[in-house]
Amino acid sequence: MSRRVIATDKKLDVKVLKRLIKYYLKYNKLSLFIVFVSIAIVSLISVAGSLFTRVLIDDYIIPLTKQANPDFTPLKKVLLIMASIYLVGIVFNYLYQKILIYVTHKTLKKTRDDLFAHMQTLPIKYFDTHPHGEIMSIYTNDIDTLRQVLSQTIPSLFSSTITIISVFISMLVLSVPLTFIIIFMLFIMRKAISWIGKNSSKYFKKQQSDIAKENGYIEEMMEGIKVVKVFNYEEEAINRFEKINDSLFNSSFNANKFSTLLMPIMGNLGNISYVLTAAIGGIFAIAFNSITVGTLASFLNLNKSFNMPVIQISNQFNAIIMAMAGAERVFKLLDEESETNEGDVTLVNVRKENGKLIECDECTNIWAWKHPGRNGEDRLILLKGDVRFYDVTFGYNENQTVLKNINLYAEPGQKLAFVGATGAGKTTITNLINRFYDIQEGSITYDGIDIKLINKNDLRRSLGIVLQETNLFSGTIKDNIKYANPEATDEEVIQAAKLANADGFIRHLEHGYDTVIKSDGSPLSQGQKQLLSIARAALANSPVLILDEATSSIDSRTEKIVQSGMDKLMSGRTTFVIAHRLSTIKNSNVILVLDHGEIIERGNHESLLKEKGTYYKLYTGLLEIE
Amino acid sequence: MLKTILKEVKEFKLASILTPILMLLEVISELMIPLMMGLIIDKGINSSNLNAVFKYGSLMLICAFAALLFGGLSAHYGAYAAAGLAKNLRSTMFKKIQGFSFKNIDKFETSSLITRMMTDVTNTQHSYQMSLRMGVRAPFTFIIALFMTFSINKKLASIFLYAIIFLAISLLSMMYFARIAFKEAFERYDDLNSSIQENVSNIRVVKAYVKEKDETARFIKTTKKLYDAFVKAENITVLNSPIMMLTTNACIIALSWFGANMIVNKTLTTGELMSMFTYTMNILHSLMMVSFFFIMIIMSFASMKRISEIINETPSITNPKNPITEVKDGSISFKDVCFEYYDNTEDYVLYNINLDIKSGETIGIIGGTGSSKSTLVQLIPRLYDVSLGSIEVGGVDVRNYDLKILRDAVSMVLQKNTLFSGTIKDNLKWGNKNASDEEIIEAAKHAQAHDFIMSFKDGYDTHIEQGGTNVSGGQKQRLTIARALLKKPKILILDDSTSAVDTATDAHIRKAFREELPDITKLIISQRISSIIDADRIIVLDDGKINGIGTHEELLETNNIYQEVYETQYKGGDSHE
Repeated sequence: MSRRVIATDKKLDVKVLKRLIKYYLKYNKLSLFIVFVSIAIVSLISVAGSLFTRVLIDDYIIPLTKQANPDFTPLKKVLLIMASIYLVGIVFNYLYQKILIYVTHKTLKKTRDDLFAHMQTLPIKYFDTHPHGEIMSIYTNDIDTLRQVLSQTIPSLFSSTITIISVFISMLVLSVPLTFIIIFMLFIMRKAISWIGKNSSKYFKKQQSDIAKENGYIEEMMEGIKVVKVFNYEEEAINRFEKINDSLFNSSFNANKFSTLLMPIMGNLGNISYVLTAAIGGIFAIAFNSITVGTLASFLNLNKSFNMPVIQISNQFNAIIMAMAGAERVFKLLDEESETNEGDVTLVNVRKENGKLIECDECTNIWAWKHPGRNGEDRLILLKGDVRFYDVTFGYNENQTVLKNINLYAEPGQKLAFVGATGAGKTTITNLINRFYDIQEGSITYDGIDIKLINKNDLRRSLGIVLQETNLFSGTIKDNIKYANPEATDEEVIQAAKLANADGFIRHLEHGYDTVIKSDGSPLSQGQKQLLSIARAALANSPVLILDEATSSIDSRTEKIVQSGMDKLMSGRTTFVIAHRLSTIKNSNVILVLDHGEIIERGNHESLLKEKGTYYKLYTGLLEIE
Repeated sequence: MLKTILKEVKEFKLASILTPILMLLEVISELMIPLMMGLIIDKGINSSNLNAVFKYGSLMLICAFAALLFGGLSAHYGAYAAAGLAKNLRSTMFKKIQGFSFKNIDKFETSSLITRMMTDVTNTQHSYQMSLRMGVRAPFTFIIALFMTFSINKKLASIFLYAIIFLAISLLSMMYFARIAFKEAFERYDDLNSSIQENVSNIRVVKAYVKEKDETARFIKTTKKLYDAFVKAENITVLNSPIMMLTTNACIIALSWFGANMIVNKTLTTGELMSMFTYTMNILHSLMMVSFFFIMIIMSFASMKRISEIINETPSITNPKNPITEVKDGSISFKDVCFEYYDNTEDYVLYNINLDIKSGETIGIIGGTGSSKSTLVQLIPRLYDVSLGSIEVGGVDVRNYDLKILRDAVSMVLQKNTLFSGTIKDNLKWGNKNASDEEIIEAAKHAQAHDFIMSFKDGYDTHIEQGGTNVSGGQKQRLTIARALLKKPKILILDDSTSAVDTATDAHIRKAFREELPDITKLIISQRISSIIDADRIIVLDDGKINGIGTHEELLETNNIYQEVYETQYKGGDSHE
């Protein structure tokens, strides 16, 4: 409802409009053709209907009154004809509206599906740089404006145009001078519409920003309500609220005033136009005899059916402008560049024969990188989980470097931990391994292969991940554990859950592995959710693991259980750990201390403590970690 | 419910009365117009009488201008009254919420409170404006138009009765089914929302496990359901316009036939027949409006109900009748205190707490998540009231104090500490509106915040973003401590408020407390043993019960939980402090 904006900045982006129409036409050519023909028929019938009453009176009823023995047969006939014409109109009206429902919703579905499918191909950067609320609003608010345009605006514009043109031609045929009066009144109506539009759009915009302001204020006060109470700040909060509230009252009052003014003003301008034509036409007809009385009466009738479509067009025009803004955002998302995937090194199942690797189709649980050679001969390299960084420099945008000259190596099965303050670049390193972001300088290798050469999907399949935000999906617990490996058997699922210490609590749930969880993970506790995501990574069974602050939102007691699950998961895998609690990484093979994108210390727990450097200070709490 | 809402009309009563009256005048003027149109044709053009054309033309012009004037004024007052009601509703709700206890707020949840104050009020505003205008316009147009047709010709007008019955029954049954179908459709819409939300916020997992295609397939299933639901719902409402057309056209044909007969029999004039045609549209259209109006109003009932729930909620914590207005000292005593968040569930999160704290004492509180440490201290300034037992501050039951006086005496730094948009000084002044610059600096120094504040370019005038996002966690905590100190309280509660502060600064803060503010009773909740190690007494909470009380040394010897925590934090034997 808040979107009943009458916009005036009538800058129609023709390109967007064209594209929208193309999109709309693409899948619905035949249906839309039928729709438009039907609309034309319906509008013509309705124009005919408004002429009919006059014909009825002049040609049938008045002659009847002059007959001595009135013969009602011609009247009966014409009424029957008219009734059938009306019926045809009704049928076509129903027909086109019904088709439009399917066309509209099919188009909306198609648009949403296209958006979603495209969105899946976008790089992580897109999601990191666009607020999630904004992305979601494209699927809902913006597409909804399209819905109105497709189901109402376009048909109504089309039918109004046909009505106006046919009425206008009829008027011209009946009387040219009288038509000029209509044109003059039309000009005045347009002025009125643009005056109303200008004001109402001004205040609607003001209202939107006032609403946002008030919303923000309420939100801030609600978030801080405990502080408000503790500091007895209620009165002051109310005083400030009243000021914002008054301003919203003002803009809301004016916005609604101008938009409701439209109907009385337009309707009565129409009435005035009627009186003017009647009076001037009367002078023509009676004083100068230049037109017949019947013609004048018909003209007056046409005048009445002229005003409605004019108002409608002016109303719909605003809907179009709003929808264009929506369509623009839809197309902007569709135009975002997809992630590229140019790597040709792929992951294949292999078996070992006489110490040689041989590619095979069945699942062997042994994997190898398949490196296509220049002369058609493929090289197979065993997947081990050896990851190295050579002079890696990276920034999220050009003028800011987050990582500088990073060199590191993780041998298969080793555990590497990153510590450092927020913003030191810990998470960034893991973002680079799975190519969520691409590095600007240096290189990263995986089992000796530059990761740029590896097919992205295969690269990511070879990396397991457990994040701080637990990220579960709505569905059953089993579905969630099987997420990375949908073909897994129940046996394997339970195996993975056991490894993650999750089997126990799952069995205690009423529906066990078939318990349905919501996307926020309810009804599970934070710790249980984390155990599930560990089980998920376990079932994915990848040689390299990334654990990003996986235990930081869990209290110390639950952490023990989670930690032991995680330790089991890590054994035998190359693991990159980012931890908030230093106690969880003490047993790492290598600990890397990051500061402002540079590795400032490296070593194991004991050696770093001996150094008495940053790690020592962090570990003993002498330095803030946040 | 309606009563609660209408009570808020207050100063907009006059506008609320004027709007329907003006609307009524507009309707009357407007409905005179078809009558004039008929007369212009009959008496003027058909009888070639120019004077009659001018006469009825000017009458019609007067009607049109009157309708324009009344319509304009009614739009003005209607918008004014409705916006005014919305303003009053928001203001009353906000004031009401400010008086809520946490128990009340927990019941509604923050996001729901915001929706109620904004979306629900906007819905109510629209339906109020519609009631004042369309609620008057539609029925009156209907009645007056019907009256006009009957006064022209009773027999002919009876056609409308059949049309009305037919239309009313079809519209009502259509709307009944449509409502059910749309409810279902909007539920599918919510599903769409949550599936996008889920995908976007889980995108890292999706990409990490290369599940893009499966996610798309899942999404297509969701949109298919949405598509089916909407098509089903709209297939019902699509009947609306054919039914309207059918009724109107049937009326016109019937009017033509019976009208022609009457004209021949000289019981009806052609002009009158023309007017009848015009009124047909008025009558049937307004009938449709009435039914839409009812649907809209019924739909906004849900919003009104949610608003009334807020306005009619009784704050669970209020001032006593004859409040005590002085807090003698900072002593605290808990007597057999039990607490549950929801009444009569016997699901106690605090159980049988007995505790005596002397004025000026420093008390450390430690315990795992879910041990109810925060709950325990929130009972002291009456953020919640005890379920059983009592709490005394300065020897008086906290429920007997004036709330403002009590909360001024008990300063609390919350675990989820919040800064507000504004300058650092603005934020600190929450503690004392009239604090002088010297006092502010003193408090900031005690909280070890002065140095980093001065390191900012604008010092105390540095702007803080909403939620305090532009200062670090440790800095934020120190600012909130300074803010609490400015109140010059008798009791100071720190709820895990130095967790992000480095141990050295933490120690400085505690030193300042000890040396500069010896009279204040200090309660310090911490996960970190180093923060409470030098407290006079330490309380170990476990699962809502006191597990042990004593000094660090005593607890280290006798208390298992304390030992365990100490072990984990000091394992490896690193020397410390």
